[in-house]
Amino acid sequence: MKYLDEYREADAVMKYAAMIKKITTKPWNIMEVCGGQTHSIVKFGIDELLPKEITLIHGPGCPVCVTPLEQIDKAIELASNKNVVFCSFGDMLRVPGSKKDLLSVKAEGGGVRILYSPIDALKIAKENPDKEVIFFAVGFETTAPANAMAVYQAKQQGIKNFSILISHVLVPPAIEAILSSPNNRVNGFLAAGHVCTIMGYEEYYPIAEKYHVPIVVTGFEPVDILNGIYICIKQLEEGRAEVENQYSRVVDKAGNLHAQNIIKEVFKIRNRKWRGIGEISQSGLGLNDNYSEYDAEIKFNLNDIIVDEPSECISGLILQGIRKPFECEVFGKICTPEHPLGATMVSSEGACAAYYKYRNKMKV
Amino acid sequence: MCLAIPGKIISVDKSENPIMRTGRVSFGGIVKEVNLSYTPEANLNDYVIVHVGFALKKLDESEANKVFDYLKEMEDLDELKEGEE
Amino acid sequence: MNEQEFSLSCPIPITNYPNVMMAHGGGGKLMQQLIEKMFITAFGNSFLEQRTDSVLLNLDKNKIAFTTDSYVVKPLFFPGGDIGSLAVNGTVNDLSMSGAKPMYISLGMIIEEGLPMETLWQIVNSLKINCDLAGVNIVTGDTKVVDKGKGDGIFINTSGIGIIEHDFTIAPSSIHEGDLIFINGDIGRHGIAIMATRENLEFETVIESDCAPLNHVVQDLLSSGIEIHCMRDLTRGGLVSGLVELSNSSGYEFVVNEKDVPVREDVNGACELMGFDPMFVANEGRFISFIPEKYADAALQILNKHGEGKIIGRVEKKNNEGVTLISRIGTKRILDMISGEQLPRIC
Repeated sequence: MKYLDEYREADAVMKYAAMIKKITTKPWNIMEVCGGQTHSIVKFGIDELLPKEITLIHGPGCPVCVTPLEQIDKAIELASNKNVVFCSFGDMLRVPGSKKDLLSVKAEGGGVRILYSPIDALKIAKENPDKEVIFFAVGFETTAPANAMAVYQAKQQGIKNFSILISHVLVPPAIEAILSSPNNRVNGFLAAGHVCTIMGYEEYYPIAEKYHVPIVVTGFEPVDILNGIYICIKQLEEGRAEVENQYSRVVDKAGNLHAQNIIKEVFKIRNRKWRGIGEISQSGLGLNDNYSEYDAEIKFNLNDIIVDEPSECISGLILQGIRKPFECEVFGKICTPEHPLGATMVSSEGACAAYYKYRNKMKV
Repeated sequence: MCLAIPGKIISVDKSENPIMRTGRVSFGGIVKEVNLSYTPEANLNDYVIVHVGFALKKLDESEANKVFDYLKEMEDLDELKEGEE
Repeated sequence: MNEQEFSLSCPIPITNYPNVMMAHGGGGKLMQQLIEKMFITAFGNSFLEQRTDSVLLNLDKNKIAFTTDSYVVKPLFFPGGDIGSLAVNGTVNDLSMSGAKPMYISLGMIIEEGLPMETLWQIVNSLKINCDLAGVNIVTGDTKVVDKGKGDGIFINTSGIGIIEHDFTIAPSSIHEGDLIFINGDIGRHGIAIMATRENLEFETVIESDCAPLNHVVQDLLSSGIEIHCMRDLTRGGLVSGLVELSNSSGYEFVVNEKDVPVREDVNGACELMGFDPMFVANEGRFISFIPEKYADAALQILNKHGEGKIIGRVEKKNNEGVTLISRIGTKRILDMISGEQLPRIC
């Protein structure tokens, strides 16, 4: 496919890998923020191509992983309601809440539907006027315009039986939370290309300056990721800490203003909890007051569901690159991909899940 | 986060309402209806990057070769250096 | 399957019974009518003519293969196939994988009350056509009707008997170091064809399921004297599940080259869109075979006659089980089965 295949060519990949090797003289920890980048790194084995001085730390940028336990429990409660059609992106269905996951609610006869786009939920709402249709609006900035548009259109079209359960988080506050931790080990960031497609990258300038870290807006294919790492290492080796844009075919500095306008219209910034990390101030989105009728938590009075994360789980430390999965007491014992305790074991791109698979095969 | 892939616009359905602007986008032969309201600048035969049914941005074709041009530059530089030695 | 093959009109008078009723499974006149007019009309052969509780078969061989499988699929009809073609080919292919020549099939149908008679007739037609394509006979059967809401239209179970005419042991235990791993065509079409018709994920496509009988290609390989060590048809779980299972049961490591695994561009496009890996997507007419290198040219020639033959990998050392994939950029990755089915990803 055009604009994908050429960025997976072995020749360019190997050349970038060689260039990285050539300029690397010191140990560096680079965090790829986005789960999509982690997926590419694992799938293509990009980490194998790097010199041993470079460690990739897999960041918290997977909306599926960081959706807090209590939002999953709320989703399960809503989906179990006979009058509800509960719609979600596919990968949320397997994420365990404190007792079960959405797939088992579906198995028990709950009206759970997998959608490709939140807009499709509006169609279902129109076709089923006697049902309450709820969309599980998870995501980072990339998904916010789609979820915002569903709500915006619902209001314009006067659709009353539609609402969203929100777990929307933002990238810059998470980067700041990681950098301000006293245990921070991250020297440079690959910022998430598709988040920046929407938001641009101006908000990263003050972060790069304040914490003196390079931040490189990076794409998702092997050549992009290696190019991003190269730019990042080059800055580190030269003692610079700037914001650079590797993914210029899709990202510009200002981002997509049309999309930003709808986000601002429908959402407001608020505190959010992240699975495995806890609450980060001003790190997510909630509905603006004049859209609150579309908030499933208000509509169905769900605010009293509060769940504690399992205390044994150290996924917060793993997400920050402070601890490795095998340093966790419960890793591979009570915490496995089939029964995950925390964010990093939940998704197949999570660091713990990746280590589990590897360790299993090595028969350690 | 955020699986978004490039596809080619093969038709645009004009709507009176700009937020309802949609089009059909081909991903290697698989065609899906995509909301184009955030990319009013994108038209027939343009490539857009699509996430959960929404075009996020028109692909900038002039920037698409940058990663390879840079490689070429570095290679030429290397050859130059080696030539001098 | 093209439209005109369905043009035969349903033999049950539509005006009388447009839908399957409980009584169609009740053992009385209606059931008799269904069997006579629909099933015997479609499948009629000398074995069914025996009309006995159990059919008598002459096999002339002392080694036979026997298999059973049940088919539940939503939707019942999809591009390139339907539950009927799956039920016949699934069982034919299971028999073929042991090198057996499929002969006889049993047909058990559990029909949900209210299934349109016309739909049942379409499925019966498809069963018949696919039996003819594979060269097998339905020799015994059973029909039950369950209350509305207790089934997804129709469930089918088929068992099959095949005869073994070769002297090889076609099994994981025969896999040997140095064997080449062959595939008979591009992967992922069936899974994507089904996915394309799923509610709310639908997309425009001309991808048709690869559903097909494998007995002819297998019989060709065997009759040309190619020493097949092992075969596995690639259904749910896709290519990876087939490889990992055989690696585990044989105790050998397999090394597979990603760039040699054929995937059509549109299948790949659908996979990119949903965040799937085609290596894990279901097939219904694909199989891998383990064959010594000296037969490589002969095997490829036969595979190409029936489809698109490719060597995708090689059997490496013993006691190091696992499947290693050489990615398109040359790096190595360990392949493992996924738990559960692939779900569309957003991240």
